Amino acid sequence: MSKSFKKVLVSLLIGATVLTLAGCGSSGSTTSTTKEAISGEINGGGSTSVQKIIDAAGSEFTALNPEAKFTYSGTGSSDGIKGATAGTYSFGCASRELKTEEKGSLTELIFAYDGIAVVLNPANTVTNLTKDQVAKIYMGEITNWNEVGGADAPIVVVSREDGSGTRDAVEELVGFKEKLKADATIKEGNGNVQTTVAGNTNAIGYVSLTFVDKTVKAIDVDSVKATVDNVKNKTYPISRPFLAMYDESKVDDATLAFLDFLMSTEGQAIVEEHGGIAV
Amino acid sequence: MQAIKRKKQKETIIEGFFLICAFVAVISVLAITVFVFFNGLKPFISNSYSLWDFLTGVEWRPGSNMFGIFYMIVGSIFATLGAILIGVPVAIFTAVYISELAGSRIGKMIRFAVELLAGIPSVLYGVFGLGIIVPYVLKISPMAQGESLLATILVLAIMILPTVVSISETSISAVPKEYREGSYALGASKIQTIFKVVLPAARSGIMTGVILGIGRAIGETMAVMLVCGNPIAGIPTSLFDQIRPLTTNIALEMGYASGVHQELLYSTGVVLFIFIMIINLAVNKLVKAKVGS
Repeated sequence: MSKSFKKVLVSLLIGATVLTLAGCGSSGSTTSTTKEAISGEINGGGSTSVQKIIDAAGSEFTALNPEAKFTYSGTGSSDGIKGATAGTYSFGCASRELKTEEKGSLTELIFAYDGIAVVLNPANTVTNLTKDQVAKIYMGEITNWNEVGGADAPIVVVSREDGSGTRDAVEELVGFKEKLKADATIKEGNGNVQTTVAGNTNAIGYVSLTFVDKTVKAIDVDSVKATVDNVKNKTYPISRPFLAMYDESKVDDATLAFLDFLMSTEGQAIVEEHGGIAV
Repeated sequence: MQAIKRKKQKETIIEGFFLICAFVAVISVLAITVFVFFNGLKPFISNSYSLWDFLTGVEWRPGSNMFGIFYMIVGSIFATLGAILIGVPVAIFTAVYISELAGSRIGKMIRFAVELLAGIPSVLYGVFGLGIIVPYVLKISPMAQGESLLATILVLAIMILPTVVSISETSISAVPKEYREGSYALGASKIQTIFKVVLPAARSGIMTGVILGIGRAIGETMAVMLVCGNPIAGIPTSLFDQIRPLTTNIALEMGYASGVHQELLYSTGVVLFIFIMIINLAVNKLVKAKVGS
């Protein structure tokens, strides 16, 4: 009895190991495409804010085109523009508009927008803040809602963790880079920020525009409503374009195919999946 | 003869298999230690950040090259101490009730509930804390937010219950019946017997439970992250202040960090590691003392 039990146990263990190993091997198979194979090396670089989108699009692209190789280095928008101009990157990415002197011979392509909503508890009577007021709240210069037309109550500042792309974008676009007040509550992820703001009448937070739900109230900034349309027509102040650019004379087919993929329905779905606004 | 030989071979193979399994744990602990220490000590060896500033600083602003974790160490210690102060008495009385006072049906029921508590994923404790405890703390707090040292302590106090209860209960049950009978024979009441005879006799086992509870409290991450507030600076001076324990500092920022910032998150891990190691050594000492006595 005990001997046969041991046998069963051992064979089960071995079976499990084999299955696990087999599982690892088979997961690499890819769906075949009907398009002709694209090969070559695509090496992009630039803005770190777009990295999640580009990396995801890149791995999807290489899954569809196993012959192609894809890398992206997150080194900052300025570096992406320089790299694209010099040809060290086959395409560069920036999370801001290009300055005139940077444009040179580059072809620009807006593949997504980033918009960030300032959210309050629905019970808060404030419906509009200027960009400057938001900055002062986050730096701790405005600490009571009555200073911005609300009730006499302390403001609870909710921010994101250091390194979050959303926090970077807000600090840069609103203008309080590295000056966040010391006792701000830090929450990880858009969802946690929303839960916190929804649970505290006096809280202010910010989340990616695409994440806003009904538990919180997205307010107007500089009297412009936080909507996808206003991000696209560039009137909403806490927004920015995600750009890809390349030099027409140096670009290769694989890079163009990748950028086509990024602009396709599939690519745009990846953009939305990673918090961007599709174009 | 042949059969015996074959049996022996089989034994060796199975033994080998068990050995491999045993090595998984050993190799893992070595790999983790080497990995964390290697990365965590790098910034101090290469002098890219001063160890003194790291350990004594009270502000964590990676973008401005400020990496002070002193306020996190204080936060971690306060939260753990608070959880122990609240959780341990409750746990010990629970253990006493289960093993000494309750009838077998109620005892079983409570034991089942405690075991269930041990199985709840820690993130759910955090969600519970954020949804129930934080709003309650907010009601009594002079501060504007409910995320606080107090909320953290309450969540952790609940989380350490299963560990302390089950280990205390085991050691209370292990106290020989004769001790209690002797006490009753001297005219002591049940409660007197529990406090004067049973608990002192089970002392070292209970201490082991407490120390394991401390380990759990100091190492807890997910639940705490949701209720502690994670401020970027400030030593907590009241129960209603927000704290950022060492664990959540790592979990919050590891996803995006790079360069010195990332290395210093590993260093935070080293500090945590040292705390946990001290706790484990203490447990070993206690267990040995128990065997010795």
